[in-house]
Amino acid sequence: MTWTGTRMGIFQENVYNDQKVFDACGLFGFIDTSGCKHNGTRIVEAITNMKERGNGLGAGYAAYGLYPEFSEHYAFHVMCQDERAREELDTYLRRHFAVVHDEPIPHRHVEGILDPPVVWRYFLFPQSAQMVGRSEEDYIVHQVMTINSQLDNSFVVSSGKNMGIFKGVGHPDEIAEFYKITDYEAYMWTGHTRFPTNTPGWWGGAHPFGLLDWSVVHNGEISSYGINRRYMEMHGYLCTMRTDTEVVAYASDLIMRRHGLPPEIAAAVFASPLWDEMEEMSEDEKHVYRVIRQTYGSILLNGPFTVIIARAGEMLGLGDRVRLRPLAAAVNEDILYVSSELSTISLVDPEVKDSWTPLGGEPIVGRLGQKPKVPRAHRADEEVVKEEALHV
Amino acid sequence: MSDRARMDMAPATPSDSEGEAVSIDAPGVYYKQLNEQLKRLADEGVKEITIFGLAGQRYLGTNLRIPVRILMHGVPGNDLGAFMDGPQIEVFGGVQDGVGNTMNEGSIVVHGSAGDIVGHSMRGGEIYIRDNVGYRVGIHMKQYEDVRPVIVIGGTAQHFLGEYMAGGVLIVLGRQLATDERHPSHYIGTGMHGGAIYMRGGVKGAFLGQEVGLVPMEPEDEELLEAYVRTYAEHFKMDASRLLDRPFSKLVPLTKRPYGRLYAY
Repeated sequence: MTWTGTRMGIFQENVYNDQKVFDACGLFGFIDTSGCKHNGTRIVEAITNMKERGNGLGAGYAAYGLYPEFSEHYAFHVMCQDERAREELDTYLRRHFAVVHDEPIPHRHVEGILDPPVVWRYFLFPQSAQMVGRSEEDYIVHQVMTINSQLDNSFVVSSGKNMGIFKGVGHPDEIAEFYKITDYEAYMWTGHTRFPTNTPGWWGGAHPFGLLDWSVVHNGEISSYGINRRYMEMHGYLCTMRTDTEVVAYASDLIMRRHGLPPEIAAAVFASPLWDEMEEMSEDEKHVYRVIRQTYGSILLNGPFTVIIARAGEMLGLGDRVRLRPLAAAVNEDILYVSSELSTISLVDPEVKDSWTPLGGEPIVGRLGQKPKVPRAHRADEEVVKEEALHV
Repeated sequence: MSDRARMDMAPATPSDSEGEAVSIDAPGVYYKQLNEQLKRLADEGVKEITIFGLAGQRYLGTNLRIPVRILMHGVPGNDLGAFMDGPQIEVFGGVQDGVGNTMNEGSIVVHGSAGDIVGHSMRGGEIYIRDNVGYRVGIHMKQYEDVRPVIVIGGTAQHFLGEYMAGGVLIVLGRQLATDERHPSHYIGTGMHGGAIYMRGGVKGAFLGQEVGLVPMEPEDEELLEAYVRTYAEHFKMDASRLLDRPFSKLVPLTKRPYGRLYAY
């Protein structure tokens, strides 16, 4: 694999060396619902165009459809402080799983990236005797929690099938070069550049956060983290990454995988409509939203946030209820984009014509095999008029 | 290489210079260099600058105090025209958040939609958005005697329109709304304590902020609306009489100090 296909020349070069003074985080995601794969150039270009939203203390990428040759096996991307920690992890993994293949995650020396951890990937599967009554997925969750909370200096950063998370401390272009992101091909990509506010900028604290095939990138601050974390602990999910975002990945696993809620309902769990907005709803709707809020009040996410939550075949873009963080969405044929900034979507896909600004709490969902559409409420008036004429 | 030497290599060179009109290619150019170049060209007496290929460069036009005309293609970044004092900006496409942040004088015309907080703390000048706008548009706009900022929005606004508004004029035309359809904005004028919001057609009373009330239109309101709606229609080549075809709702603050008693004891 080689470093090809980039259009590095168009990146805006900051000659003032003030790239550490900016604010906010930047996120970007797209899914090609036809399943067609795209190399990492587009996501790297997108996140790098929003470089000034971060400050070099964290960047990362999640890619889906990444390992077709191992599509039936769980791909564990791991970070270890040193080779000794990796040997310990290696022994642990071989004791608890059947390891099919393992190798270092290909990477290169990049100026500006200091003291990277040992990055390794394992392709593995649990054998039934090891799972002792747990489902396969629950066994993976249990093992990831155990490794992240009990093994010293080793962390599993992603653990899904046919997907992977690549992240670390650096600017988005540096992290991309470190992991050779443009060499990979995927039908869905998300990316992030971080401006850590309340918690340390360390390799495990970069986004995306993952568990099974979930990945989450986040801009903002989850003020309800304390209550959210305690609720997740009751369900066997331990927060170990020293920042708020990971709770969203675990909560997604709980309510969407284990409880089977569709993303549209999960959005109402994380960003429930305000009580007086519920008053305006029909009785049926009001009942549904009230029950959701009563059941899942402990994982309502409070505070300013925009997140992109992804799992195999599906991407959910969501902002907080009063939109204290930005989110733009756009569609071009089979591709759905969500981004912190509209300009970045136009930059990486100049053919995009339909873009819109979702409301706070409004889920933007892209699914493999479903052609994305601009929601009716956001379509330009001329188009609505045209469509209405067709139905008369 | 010293920073000075690197700045001299700024790639943003005018690609086409014709007397008083100049065009610039923006791809790959960092916003500070772009702003420095705009300043240099305006100081040299250039009357019209066209920028092509913008992709999120922030704060454009921020340091200009000269009435120069700037035409923009592509998508400029956040805080377009922040603190701007005189220029006329026209954008052929959509824009992001913070357009006209604390702008003092001049105009911004957008042939598309805009993001959140258009006219944040705006103190003067005019902004015309052809289509829709995001949250908290006109937040904390203010006015001083007859220096009064104006924002005209052709489509609809998302929530918290005119939040903490302290002065100025917001006009929302709701072009895509049917005759009996109401504006979808919630919490309009929350914390508002000055200025006026005019919305073509009706608004949902239940979703007005607590600090704002509907009042009857006076003849001077009609005059003001006609003038700004005509300007809007000229910018976007529309029929002004169609945009003035139905009554407007006028919203004003109920008190100048909505929270005067909140923290008092």
